[in-house]
Amino acid sequence: MGAFSPEMRERAENLLTLYPQRRSALIPLCHLAQEQAGHLTSPLMEEIAELTGVTPAEVYGTASFYDMLHTEPVGKFLVGVCTNVACLLQGGGELLEHAEASLGVAAGGTTEDEMFTLEEVECVAHCDKAPAVQVNYRFFGPLTGESFDDLIAKLRAGDYDGVVPPHGTLIRVMRENGIEVPLDEVLAERKEMDRAKAERKAAAEAAKEGN
Amino acid sequence: MEQANQVPKIVTSRIGLEESWGIKTYLATGGYTALRKALTTMTPEQVADEVSKSNLLGRGGAGFEVGRKWSMLKPAPVRYLVVNGDESEPATFKDHMLIENDPHQIVEGTLISAYAVGAARAFIFVRGEFALGLERLQAAVNEAYAHGAIGRNIFGSGFSVDLVVHPGAGAYICGEETALLESLEGKRGFPRIKPPYFPAVIGLYGEPTIVNNVESMSNIPWIVNNGGASFAALGVGRSTGTRIFALAGHVNRPGNYEVEMAKLTFRDLVERPEYGGGMRLGRQVKAFIPGGVSAPWFGPDQLDIPLSQDDVAKAGSMLGSGSIVMMDDHTCMVRAAWRIAKFFWRESCGQCTPCREGSGWIEKMMRRIEQGAGREADLDLLMDACDNISPGVAWPPQQTTICVLGPSIPSSVASAIRMFRDEFLVHIKEGGCPYE
Repeated sequence: MGAFSPEMRERAENLLTLYPQRRSALIPLCHLAQEQAGHLTSPLMEEIAELTGVTPAEVYGTASFYDMLHTEPVGKFLVGVCTNVACLLQGGGELLEHAEASLGVAAGGTTEDEMFTLEEVECVAHCDKAPAVQVNYRFFGPLTGESFDDLIAKLRAGDYDGVVPPHGTLIRVMRENGIEVPLDEVLAERKEMDRAKAERKAAAEAAKEGN
Repeated sequence: MEQANQVPKIVTSRIGLEESWGIKTYLATGGYTALRKALTTMTPEQVADEVSKSNLLGRGGAGFEVGRKWSMLKPAPVRYLVVNGDESEPATFKDHMLIENDPHQIVEGTLISAYAVGAARAFIFVRGEFALGLERLQAAVNEAYAHGAIGRNIFGSGFSVDLVVHPGAGAYICGEETALLESLEGKRGFPRIKPPYFPAVIGLYGEPTIVNNVESMSNIPWIVNNGGASFAALGVGRSTGTRIFALAGHVNRPGNYEVEMAKLTFRDLVERPEYGGGMRLGRQVKAFIPGGVSAPWFGPDQLDIPLSQDDVAKAGSMLGSGSIVMMDDHTCMVRAAWRIAKFFWRESCGQCTPCREGSGWIEKMMRRIEQGAGREADLDLLMDACDNISPGVAWPPQQTTICVLGPSIPSSVASAIRMFRDEFLVHIKEGGCPYE
């Protein structure tokens, strides 16, 4: 029995087939692992290593580079308050202070009930609705202290269950098919295209010289 | 104004339509006709020719001609096309909108480009945080396969290609094209050294690769349908076509506005009722960032510069990612520049010492000035740190690092010090921020 559930293992194996080199699937597989377990556990990283042909240390070393990949447990909802310049100008800094007081944790911390992990995030490209907040990578804004508290209350009550999916970016990103044209077939086609192109070029040059 | 209504919406025509992201709306509004035209009536060189004629400048930030980039692709049996949808430049939110609201247009542009450059496979790299965008783009790709627009023998043309949607995982640096390729290979997003790693020569998996931005790709279907000359007829000089400007900060109507290149000025965009609608609360412009936080700032005197790549460059900054941030006269410039410095410090990949250490020093000094513990000597020290990252602290910047993240760090801090030195001195003398 692997760390991935059978369903996840199947999705992981499908993802591997999309890339000419299997290490390319490393980050998508990390997203899958987070979808299953909330964060990257050691057994999951070991299984990703086995699937992508690298060592578990390389999986950890790669994952630790990226803000979205967590090697420690996080809350059910990742709440990110943007304080970058567009949000800062509209009160993003004050909103983060409010969020810290309201949730009772500093940025980076998780509430005791493990419902919310608060993060100070960089620009989430929602700047026309600043100050913006992301919850499991769904975007809200512009928010005031009051509407932030309201959002948290609704999340806690489950009112946003249809809108804000559980943690994990790929949860609703499903490819319906695999690669339809094997690479060697495409390459044979390209060889033919290149040959035809060279012929056209030679013909055009011959015509020019003929003039 | 007289012309405004005749300028076509090239990339935002479907924004606001019902289910603008679905294939039904896309097909009803001329979707996939350009792909059919390119694959069944044009040679790859003819497609590339039209794109060259259009003089489409890359919409990611560097503004390099797309056609010229394609022509630099090294001939090799295996070539790849990678589309950069990792939009993370602060205050830039145009690609986010395009990915969520018109993903088919990106897919169609990508497929046409794959044909033009002979790509063996195409990848669209989407910023991981764009969860809804990833869903809609993957759904669009599924629909396009079912429609026969991707896969084997597309529209009976004999051309086959697969397209893979790839999620990022949260790292600004992956917008840099060689870091993006590293990330797509399943590694940390460390930019590669150029030369030799110019993607057109040594790119994805070591093979020649074209990396183009999402908005650039979104222009391709229109160019194929209408011809490169029609695109080049819009705009002025090298700045052709239309472009989305992401207007943010202290304006009444922040948003994405597609306008003809080089015809309007910053002032037009900020003040006209159909765009920014003026500054919030009727306040005055104190300064603005003309092209993403990597760009040096402009002051109110520069509001009449046209939105053209060359004019902005001549004035000492860049249009960059097309993001414009307006700051009114109630803004603390120290705090704004500090936050931008903090961003670069957090996002430095850590490979090069000037960027990794310099960004941290600058962030610490800016923080202590904002929080009231600054010293007058800090101003020279800040400029010295900037100079060590980018000698001369000029524009276009000199570089001591592998990629351009390093020389982007001094832009805001040096602008703030040069334009608002008095404000720094007030912070230092009064022992705190006068705006709080």
